[in-house]
Amino acid sequence: MGDDALVLAQRLGEWAGNAPVLEEDVALTNIALDLLGQARTLLSLTGDEDDLAFLREEHEFHNAQLVEQPNGDFAVTIARQLYFSVYQELLYTALAEHGGDLAPLAAKAVKEVAYHRDHAEQWTLRLGDGTEESHRRMQQALDALWRYTGELFQPLEGLGVDLPALRERWLEQVTAVVEKATLAIPQGADHTPWAAGAGRQGVHTESFGRLLAEMQYLHRAHPGASW
Amino acid sequence: MTTTAEPGAATAQAGPDRHTPEALQAEFDAAVAADTRIEPRDWMPDAYRSTLVRQMAQHAHSEIIGMQPEANWITRAPSLRRKAILMAKVQDEAGHGLYLYSATETLGVSRDELLDKLHAGRQRYSSIFNYPTLAWADVGAIGWLVDGAAITNQVPLCRCSYGPYARAMVRICKEESFHQRQGYELLLALSRGTDAQHAMAQDAVNRWWWPSLMMFGPPDDESAHSAQSMAWKIKRHSNDELRQRFVDICVPQAEILGLTLPDPDLRWNEERGHYDYGAIDWSEFQEVLRGNGPCNEQRLERRRAAHDNGSWVRDAAAAHAAKHRKAQA
Repeated sequence: MGDDALVLAQRLGEWAGNAPVLEEDVALTNIALDLLGQARTLLSLTGDEDDLAFLREEHEFHNAQLVEQPNGDFAVTIARQLYFSVYQELLYTALAEHGGDLAPLAAKAVKEVAYHRDHAEQWTLRLGDGTEESHRRMQQALDALWRYTGELFQPLEGLGVDLPALRERWLEQVTAVVEKATLAIPQGADHTPWAAGAGRQGVHTESFGRLLAEMQYLHRAHPGASW
Repeated sequence: MTTTAEPGAATAQAGPDRHTPEALQAEFDAAVAADTRIEPRDWMPDAYRSTLVRQMAQHAHSEIIGMQPEANWITRAPSLRRKAILMAKVQDEAGHGLYLYSATETLGVSRDELLDKLHAGRQRYSSIFNYPTLAWADVGAIGWLVDGAAITNQVPLCRCSYGPYARAMVRICKEESFHQRQGYELLLALSRGTDAQHAMAQDAVNRWWWPSLMMFGPPDDESAHSAQSMAWKIKRHSNDELRQRFVDICVPQAEILGLTLPDPDLRWNEERGHYDYGAIDWSEFQEVLRGNGPCNEQRLERRRAAHDNGSWVRDAAAAHAAKHRKAQA
């Protein structure tokens, strides 16, 4: 969960200064900051946040492949946000209700995530039900990322949340937004053919190595330094 | 000039002679002399309006172009804490851009119009953002020196005669001071870190010091707009006065940092009660203003690309809003 938030924050950080309108520069950076905050809290539960972020290699990261997908155009970024923020809201809500160690964190984060989900939904509606071009791009983005969504609901031991059971509610919510946006839920597999478990087991897609190379280079170039 | 807040009442009481150009000008001059804020609905000289549009738009543009050199390091920040601080800073800058465009719009221009002028190279942004961020320490040098210079320039603007600008500056200065302290603290950590980190910090200060001094604009005897802006109380201090104030603040701070400033002529002048400093290379400043700085093309190109690549998104939002309005009607 910490890796999911960290890697998605890193991707959203790439948008700074490049957004279609200034308001989106603010919004996307705001979401990235929330996610980075969640990542720091979660990583700190298992060790030193910087050692974990900067000194692990690709195969030691357990983020879902969805969050490492490149930003693409604005529609791809929004599709990724829609799939992920609906998932994250359901997951944090369940964790908060479950009452385990993560409950206080989840209760705080769920408020942030509700905002992220609202932002993604609003943009899905605008792009889906906007112009012909935006409709086409939004549908393409939903289709392209669909095969990374199944992984989110693989059972995770020790989490105390029945992830497979969340998928139905996730699909309901995503379908409602997608259809309201005059778009269609993608057909076809929600997994890549070769990767059962994939990101959660440390198996990633090609661009992930470059994401880490960029993120980690400075920290690794000065071993033991404090910043 | 809040006395004209009820134009109907004023018209009813005063005769038509209150609205002669001479009377309006006299009322404006009196308001400026009395340090009353000029507000958007008040009459103001055309030249006052256009000077403010020029200065405020340039200020807004600087905030958004200024996101680029720092955003350049977001993905590479060496710790998660520093990454979070930097992201928050870049987000604040986008917010400052938004305030300042709104404030400028009170003068009867639109944000789209201003952005078009920026993209066409017809309005400027601060020359400082045409320098590259080549190392992590540059993020700290920008915070300490560039934000420091900006604050020195902007604090007097909190008392500027135009109300919306003055109020925007109050909000912006609070956040900028915070960023400046964070930049200073970043440099301090590097300066007290490993030898390599210290060298990185010193190199960044060497590269950013002179461009920061240029942020105050040309020397007083060559500043085209200064006299009029001071008479209108848009500006409160001359370029050289503010530059001197900045140097006087920075020298002791550099000592605490354990870093040197790259100026062999820098020394305390007992007689003046100020630091003397070396000659600024104004030919470099002129080159950067002419578009020949290290990053001028790249900055503008990036800004245009963000705008152009986003046009289908803005079109979609507009089309969606139009459909939604129609559906509700």
